[in-house]
Amino acid sequence: MKIADEQIITGKGATLHIIPTKKYKTISIAVKLQAPLERKTITARALLPYVLQQGTANLPDARALRIKLDDLYGAILSISGTKKGEKHIITLRLDVANENYLSDRAPLFEKAVDLLREILFEPKVEDGAFTQSIVTREMQTLRQKMTALKDDKMSYANMRLIDEMCKGESYSLHVHGYEEDLEAMDGQKLFAYYKQLLKQDKMDIYILGDVEKELAEKAVRPFLERDVTPMEEKAAAVHPLAEDVKEIVETQDVQQAKLHLGYRTNIRYDDSDYAALQVFNGLFGGFPSSKLFRNVREKHSLAYYAASRFESHKGLLFVFSGIDPKDYHKAKEIIDAQLAAMQAGDFEANEVGEVKDLIVSQILETIDNPAGHIETLYQQVVGHKNIPIEKMLEAIRQVTKEGVLQVAEKVQLDTVYLLTNKEAEKDA
Amino acid sequence: MHKKHYEQLQESIYAETLPNGLKVFLQPKSEMAKTYAIFSTNYGSIDQTFVPLDGKEKITVPEGIAHFLEHKLFEKEDRDVFQDFTKQGASANAFTSFTQTAYLFSATSNIEENVRTLLDFVQDPYFSDKSVEKEKGIIAQEIRMYDDQPDWRSFFGTIQSLFQSHPVRIDIAGTVESIQEITKEDLYTCYNTFYHPSNMTLFVTGNIDQEKMMDLIRANQDGKTFAPPAEIERFFPKEPETVAEKKKIVRMPVSVAKCMIGIKEKTDYASPEAYLKQELLTDMMLDYYFSKSGVNYEELYKEDLIDDSFSFETSLEKNFGFSIIGGNTKEPDRFADTVKGMLHRMKDHTVTEAEMERMKKKTIGQILRAMNSLEFVSNRFIQYHLAGVDLFEIVPAIEKLTAEDANDFLKEWFSEDRLSVCQILPQEA
Repeated sequence: MKIADEQIITGKGATLHIIPTKKYKTISIAVKLQAPLERKTITARALLPYVLQQGTANLPDARALRIKLDDLYGAILSISGTKKGEKHIITLRLDVANENYLSDRAPLFEKAVDLLREILFEPKVEDGAFTQSIVTREMQTLRQKMTALKDDKMSYANMRLIDEMCKGESYSLHVHGYEEDLEAMDGQKLFAYYKQLLKQDKMDIYILGDVEKELAEKAVRPFLERDVTPMEEKAAAVHPLAEDVKEIVETQDVQQAKLHLGYRTNIRYDDSDYAALQVFNGLFGGFPSSKLFRNVREKHSLAYYAASRFESHKGLLFVFSGIDPKDYHKAKEIIDAQLAAMQAGDFEANEVGEVKDLIVSQILETIDNPAGHIETLYQQVVGHKNIPIEKMLEAIRQVTKEGVLQVAEKVQLDTVYLLTNKEAEKDA
Repeated sequence: MHKKHYEQLQESIYAETLPNGLKVFLQPKSEMAKTYAIFSTNYGSIDQTFVPLDGKEKITVPEGIAHFLEHKLFEKEDRDVFQDFTKQGASANAFTSFTQTAYLFSATSNIEENVRTLLDFVQDPYFSDKSVEKEKGIIAQEIRMYDDQPDWRSFFGTIQSLFQSHPVRIDIAGTVESIQEITKEDLYTCYNTFYHPSNMTLFVTGNIDQEKMMDLIRANQDGKTFAPPAEIERFFPKEPETVAEKKKIVRMPVSVAKCMIGIKEKTDYASPEAYLKQELLTDMMLDYYFSKSGVNYEELYKEDLIDDSFSFETSLEKNFGFSIIGGNTKEPDRFADTVKGMLHRMKDHTVTEAEMERMKKKTIGQILRAMNSLEFVSNRFIQYHLAGVDLFEIVPAIEKLTAEDANDFLKEWFSEDRLSVCQILPQEA
C-alpha cells in the first residue's frame, strides 16, 4: 500500500488536483467553490445548490437531469454547502462507475465531467434569471430544512452553542441561511449572485480514480479556463479569550438533555501545534479510550455518548454529551475534571503513543474512501498548508507529552449550552 | 480453503468452514491501507423465544437482550476490550440488528493481533451482577436518545403498524423498563445458545495475506473447546398477512410532521434466487417510481408534499419483510392518500424494456460504488450468505432481469391490506 500522489495543475480559472489510484470501482469528481462566510451572501449560497439541480440549458427539468444520471450507470450527483472556519464552500460531486468493471465498457468519465460542467456553467435560465417558479419552490425546500433542523436535537444544540459562543463572529452564521433573507430573494437576485460567484469564488477540482492525467486535464479544460477575478483573502480573525464562561440553559420537551461545551484553542490547521491538538483531542474525547468516554460513560454511567471534536480553521473545540436531565451538574463536573486532568498532565507517555497510532490509522482509513481522501486534501487548501499526507502522519508521530500539555493549557472553556426539559430546569 | 474469483469485478473470496462450524471468508485487497474484520452471529432482536442450549422447554427472554449482550461482551473481569483494541491501534465497534449481532474493528496495523482479540473477546464472555446493573444506565440513555429522534420514531412506528405479533415490532434496544429485568443468567443463556461458532461468520477484508490469515484463524479456533454444534430451535408467532394498524399516529414535539407509508412484504420465497430477485425488483421499482428520476417523485415534489428528507427503503429477511416510503411533509394526510394512490396505480403501469435497461444500469453502477466500501461488502456479504445468495453474483443477476419480470412483480407486489400509514405529528395544544 502506497499513498497515491496528488498532482496539482494550476489553471487561470481553477486548480486541478488529480489523484490517480486503482483502489476503487468508481471515479470521483469534486468541484469546490470557496468564498468568505458572510451574512449578505450566505442565504443565496444555501439556496443555489438546490436550484442548480433543477435542470440545465439542455435538460429542461430535475427529472430529465436525473434520468441522464441514471443513464450514466447511476452516477451520483450531490451539491451542498458547508462552512470551514470563516469560509463557505459549495461542493459539486459526481461519482461515476469506472467502465472497466462494466460488461459493455461504455465510456463514462468524460460524459460525467461534461454533465458537471453543464450543471455549473449552463443552468436553466429564463430572460437572464433563474426561473421564478423553481426558485420559489426551492426556497420552500430550504425553509423546511431550517425548520426541521430543530427536530434533530444534537444538531440543534450544536447550532445554538455556536450562536451563543461566536456571537458577532462570522463563524456563527447558519449554513442553511436565514428565513428573513429568503423573503427578499427572487430568480433575478439569485442569478446575479450566481454570476458573481462564478467570477469570484476560488475553484478547486478533484479527480480521484483510475484516470490518466492527460485525459483528466483535457476533460476539465472549460473549468480551468474560467474567466475569474478572485477576491482578496481575509486573514482569519483571532478571537480574544473570554473572561467569563457563558452558561446558556434552554428547555424543550425532550427525554434526554444535550450538554454541549465550547472551548477556544486558537490553534489552526497551519499552526505548528496542530498535530499536538489532534493528539490532545484523542486523549481528551476523540475515542472510546479517551477520558470523556471512560469517565462520563463507563465509570459513572451518565451517558451513552460523551466525546470531543475540534474545529480546524477557527481554533475551536467542542464537547458533546447526551445525559439524563437531572445529571447536568454531575456530568459538567466530570467533564471539567477531565480537562483539568489533561492540563495537569495526568496521562502517560504510552497513552500518547497509542493515541498517535490511532490518529495515524484514522487518517489512513479516511483516505481509503474517495470522499475522505478528497476532503483530507481540500482541508489543506482551506488551511493554507500543502504537504504530502506522509508528512501529516510524520507530524503526528513527532508529538510529545510536553507538546500535548502546551496545547492543553491553551484550551479554554468559553460557553456551556444545556438543552433540557422543564422538569429539570429548576435544578440547572 | 476454497477460492472463488469474480472476473468482471476483479475480486476474489477465500472461504472455509472450520471443524467447529465457524464460517470464514477472506477478501484480500492489497491496495487498501486498512483491514476491516467483522465477527457476526445469526442472532438479533427478533430471537426472543427459543429452546436454550441444554434445555428442553422454550423460553422467552426480556426485550432488548441481544443488544444488551452486545454491550456487555466488551467488558471483562479486569478490563474493557475497547482499550485492548486501542492499544493495538484499532477502532472497534458493534451493532445489533433485527437478525444479527456483529462485532468489528478496523485498523491499519497489528492486524493479526487485532483479529485474535476480536475472536477471543467474543468467545470469552464475563457477565457479573454489578456490571449488568451498571450498563442499565448507559443503555437507558441510548434509548432516550432514540426517543427524541423523529426519524427513528417514524421508522419504528411504521414497523409497529405493519406487524401484529412478529418480534420485529419490538425496539432493538428494548425499553427502559424491559432492560431492568435483564440478569446475568439471562445473558449467559442467550450467549451459550447463540454464540456457538456454527451459528457465526467471520469476514476479513483489506490489506491481508489470505494464507497467513486463515492459518491464524484456524490455530486460534483449534485452541478452544466448544460443545458439538446443535440446531437452534427458534419460535416466531404466526404473523397474519394483513397489517396491524392501517394508520398509526405518534405524537411528539416536532416542528415538521412526518408521514411514512409501510408495505408488508411477502416472504414466501421459493429459493435463494427467488429471494434475490424479489429484493432486487422491490428496490428497483421503488427507485424507478420514487427516486428523483421517477414520475411519482416529480409529482410529489410539484404538489409540495415532500422535501429533501424524502426517502424509501426495503428490508427483506427470512420471515419478515417491509418497505417504507416517506419523510417530512406539511400535509401528512394528503401525502398518505397521494402515495397510496400512486402505489395502487403502479400495478397497472407497464415498464418498457428501455426503462428497465436504464434501471439496470443505475443499479449496477450503484453496486459498484457501494463496493468501494469494505464495510458494505463485508456486512452485505454475510447477510446475503445467510440467505443463500452470493453478493458478487449480484451483477449478473441484475443483468438477467427483464421488463417482463418487473411487470409481473408489479402486478403481484401487494394488496391494500398490506399497506399502513404512520404519522409523526406535533403534540396537541
